[in-house]
Amino acid sequence: MKELRDKKVIRSLLYEIEKRTRELPSSPRIMEVCGTHTMTVHRYGLKNMLEKAGVEMISGPGCPVCITPNEIHEAAIELVTENENFILTTFGDMTRVPTRKSSLQKAVPAGGSMVKIVYSPRESLEIAGSNPQKQVVFFGVGFETTIPAIALTLREALKKSLANFSILSALWLIPPPLRAIVEAKEIAIDGFLYPGHVSTIIGEKPYQFIAEEYGIPGAITGFEPSDILLGISSVLDQIKEGKATVANEYSRVVRASGNPKALAVMEEMLETKDSFWRGLGLIPQSGLKIKKEYSACDAEIRFNLNIKGGSGDLPGCRCGEVLQGLISPPQCPLFVEKCNPDSPYGPCMVSFEGACFVYYKYNPTT
Amino acid sequence: MCLGIPAKVVQIDESDLGKVDYLGTRVKTNFALLENIKVGDWVIVHAGFAISKLNEEEARETFSILREMTEKEALVKKNKKRKKQGKR
Repeated sequence: MKELRDKKVIRSLLYEIEKRTRELPSSPRIMEVCGTHTMTVHRYGLKNMLEKAGVEMISGPGCPVCITPNEIHEAAIELVTENENFILTTFGDMTRVPTRKSSLQKAVPAGGSMVKIVYSPRESLEIAGSNPQKQVVFFGVGFETTIPAIALTLREALKKSLANFSILSALWLIPPPLRAIVEAKEIAIDGFLYPGHVSTIIGEKPYQFIAEEYGIPGAITGFEPSDILLGISSVLDQIKEGKATVANEYSRVVRASGNPKALAVMEEMLETKDSFWRGLGLIPQSGLKIKKEYSACDAEIRFNLNIKGGSGDLPGCRCGEVLQGLISPPQCPLFVEKCNPDSPYGPCMVSFEGACFVYYKYNPTT
Repeated sequence: MCLGIPAKVVQIDESDLGKVDYLGTRVKTNFALLENIKVGDWVIVHAGFAISKLNEEEARETFSILREMTEKEALVKKNKKRKKQGKR
């Protein structure tokens, strides 16, 4: 594995990339869709090295904490502030997202209620089992990487007949927003690095339309620095040859057809719906919800939450534009002074893979 | 959020529960999303679930491509250096 971070390897890859970009008429612009890719690109200083080699990297919408609109975060906050004896469990980043109703971390829960951070959705089941007198709601957020784990947890809860357990879901699919970004035509993208771990679940086929309908090259890419550079090389090769495909540069982990067992449990428990994304708006068939027959475990239905639209951004917050790749974080007037990891104003500064957080942490000028 | 960690399976029972070893730390892991997993396999772990098994052959191939590339570049540099010295 050490080859993947080896300085010499990285240097040769950058050399190869520069050789290819020199033959192109202009600097290609490549979107790294996944927030974990954004982390690698900045953490290892690849962003600047790639710029010198003639490649412009832009961050995509791949941060589930960031693209979940404030309305859903606010519904979660209300569950614990307005109801007694509620335990809301969720991943750590979710508790710090600022909304019009404060954040899960700062809001004061009603009597007997609390917010608990979990590492795995399954921990929520243990919490529900040992607190039978309380309602336990798992605020489950994620892309295809996380969704099978949440679907399995739901199946297990039903099997155990846990009457006090439900899920408030914010489940997002990666291919639909990519279509939305390409269709919007606000930025020209010459290639995509597709998210490696989402692809372990969905495989190669769901990205085909980008190559076939829009003629844009792309590569499924892993998370080590050399992985990223291999992905970029593959995209540049495709540009040079004038063809567009879905290359798999993470074949040690990703199979062409994905993970059939994970896809089956998603299919069994969940169904698609039109969803509001922060910044990107309403995207048809871009989200998942719990199937009707299991709605007893759907917190939105069980507690009549009636979550609407997606217009609840805080005034002045430009996370929406960051998520579409329209501006880079330093172009937001709030960046650093009014919005930083100690006191975030928007979700992209909260999440460890939010573009603003990553820029703040790894950019030497901040 | 989509962080996945490569780890080695050290324990697995009939109900697909077990543990992986990640840099010496043993982490409880659910293997229900994968088939035919056994102790000694390498998997990618995400949020307490193993989501993919590592294919060692593919991994070796990627590594050898990278090694070859570095060696090739080193050779090119060496040749350039020789030419330069030759000119002098």
